[in-house]
Amino acid sequence: MTMILSGSKLGFAAAAAAVLGLGLALAAPASAEEAHGPVIEKQSWSFAGPFGRFDKGQLQRGYKVYKEVCSSCHSMKLAAFRTLADEGGPGFTADQAKALAATVKVPDGPNDAGDMFERPGRPSDRFPSPFPNEQAARSAMNGALPPDLSLMGKARAVHRGFPWFVFDAFLQYQENGPDYVYNLLTGYEDAPHGITCADGLQYNKAFLASTCIAMPPPLSDGQVTYDDGTPGTLQTYARDVSAFLMWAAEPKLEQRKQTGLKVMLFLVVFAGLLYFSKRKLWSTVPH
Amino acid sequence: MSGPSTYVPSNGFTRWLDARLPIVRLGYDSFVAYPTPRNLNYWWTFGAILSMMLVVQLVTGIVLAMHYTPHVTLAFASVEHIMRDVNWGWLLRYMHANGASMFFVAVYVHIFRGMYYGSYKAPREILWILGVLIFLLMMATAFMGYVLPWGQMSFWGATVITNLFSAIPLVGEPIVTWLWGGFSVDNPTLNRFFSLHYLLPFVICGIVILHVWALHVVGQNNPTGVEVKSEQDTVAFTPYATLKDAFASVAYLVLFGWFLFWVPNFMGHPDNYIEANAMVTPAHIVPEWYFLPFYAILRAIPDKLGGVIAMFGAIAVLFVLPWLDTSKVRSATYRPMYRTFFWVLVVVAIVLGWLGSQAVSDETVRWSQVLTAYYFFHFLVILPVLGLIEKPKPLPESITAAVLAKTSVH
Repeated sequence: MTMILSGSKLGFAAAAAAVLGLGLALAAPASAEEAHGPVIEKQSWSFAGPFGRFDKGQLQRGYKVYKEVCSSCHSMKLAAFRTLADEGGPGFTADQAKALAATVKVPDGPNDAGDMFERPGRPSDRFPSPFPNEQAARSAMNGALPPDLSLMGKARAVHRGFPWFVFDAFLQYQENGPDYVYNLLTGYEDAPHGITCADGLQYNKAFLASTCIAMPPPLSDGQVTYDDGTPGTLQTYARDVSAFLMWAAEPKLEQRKQTGLKVMLFLVVFAGLLYFSKRKLWSTVPH
Repeated sequence: MSGPSTYVPSNGFTRWLDARLPIVRLGYDSFVAYPTPRNLNYWWTFGAILSMMLVVQLVTGIVLAMHYTPHVTLAFASVEHIMRDVNWGWLLRYMHANGASMFFVAVYVHIFRGMYYGSYKAPREILWILGVLIFLLMMATAFMGYVLPWGQMSFWGATVITNLFSAIPLVGEPIVTWLWGGFSVDNPTLNRFFSLHYLLPFVICGIVILHVWALHVVGQNNPTGVEVKSEQDTVAFTPYATLKDAFASVAYLVLFGWFLFWVPNFMGHPDNYIEANAMVTPAHIVPEWYFLPFYAILRAIPDKLGGVIAMFGAIAVLFVLPWLDTSKVRSATYRPMYRTFFWVLVVVAIVLGWLGSQAVSDETVRWSQVLTAYYFFHFLVILPVLGLIEKPKPLPESITAAVLAKTSVH
């Protein structure tokens, strides 16, 4: 303390550190870490970092995994078919998005006769849900409710704790969501000695909410045939669908990062100009 | 400080206007000719930064309100509609959410700057009290704003915090029912929170005007804490302070942009991307980071009413700070003992914030109790006693003397 207090420069450095600490220390992504939380292995993602972009091929593969596997139990109510052709997304053409939408049946109506009817999907339609309501889902799923996947890329995170969250702010680590999903999908194992899961539940070493999870292992090698020749392994499925879920949760991620680069470049140059103007102005005034 | 006006209308129109509504004169006297101490450091730029953040929050908030729907069945989806379908909606929402955090970072710097340099002392007591009032209103506004997306943390945060009022003896329960507009946090609660979240920022604006008015009557404090004695102690607000504030504000925007564009969910909680569900309680309910020190104080007291009193007391004590500090010397630069205690308080506040983020355990509660006790000890015992026993360093004769002494050393 005494050293810090000895000079005003040092004092300000300490203050700056304290202020930064205040900002960051208190920014602790709030809720506390369990003493023995699951260990999440970080993955490398094309969309990480300030220059990050989605890998279109990966998103298309992820969409296929989602469609053929996940969507049989999970809804994704916020995603519309048209967004599959949006910039910064999986890069389907508008016609492809239209064709994909047409493969589903969408309830609509009432028509002029007052009847409800089904029609082929349109690009403006949201992804169809596998169950009409929560009760139907629970009744089919042994009492468990498969959560909606629209925001799954952002709605789960293992808490990082001090000091990691401080580094996260500087290193721009924001991929906790897809990291978690990947680890969960690949985290099925035989329960370690001393842990027994109730009937219908399985042990998953990454599961955040509990030790055992109601979802049976959804992916296995060779389950989905990729159109681009990528080998179909559990790991690639898990990685691709995690990336897809991140895009579904944050479809404007690329636009955000690209805009950020331009805005930040402008701000830094502008700040520089202001700084030197200020210095010149004040150079004649001792202060 | 606000001496006779030096504004001279330069043409026929401004002369005509000045005789009827001297608004240009007001602006000129307040933000051009206004004398500002020449020795202000960058900690004094946070007033301008806070004004900027208030405008950012108002502008983004007003546009967000055009797209948001305050209804329990639609609120969550309407926020996602903003994120996905509204042009630049993601930018508006992330600016508003991260803007709130940046607003609080700046206000905490501003408050601690005031404490370090004794800016609350006579004749600036009213100025300080208005500032604490703004802080309190900011907290109310931010709390209600966090409820609007109607995520899990929104809902459960609202439930926990409104429930605090039930600790009030006799009338507690009726008050909570009245606040909710029902028997639980539900649609009426969301509706009124939206209404108040829109209202309070304008109340803040009004008090900010009073805050700036009071500031311009008594003049700014400065790093020496010695009052302005002559014209040579000051420089004109424009261009000197204007340009410096502009630089600091843009530099602050760089920090803001870092979070906004690259880690926009860093300050948020993942659970708030899950729609509110009254049947599922999150494992840990935690408020936004800027409330955590107060949350730790709340949880430190085992008794509910006691905790509520301690939490509100932690803010209430700031209102009387000008009379708790008995030292005649303002700036910590000349108060060696106070300076040490100031930094201890900063660390205590940060650690309390960390404790507020942790799950409740015997250990966190014990530490929260120790630090809560210290927090009040600082204000209620250390500050009054320190003024009596501390031997301050000799004060410079004037701001100019201090500045010249400093520059001649270099």
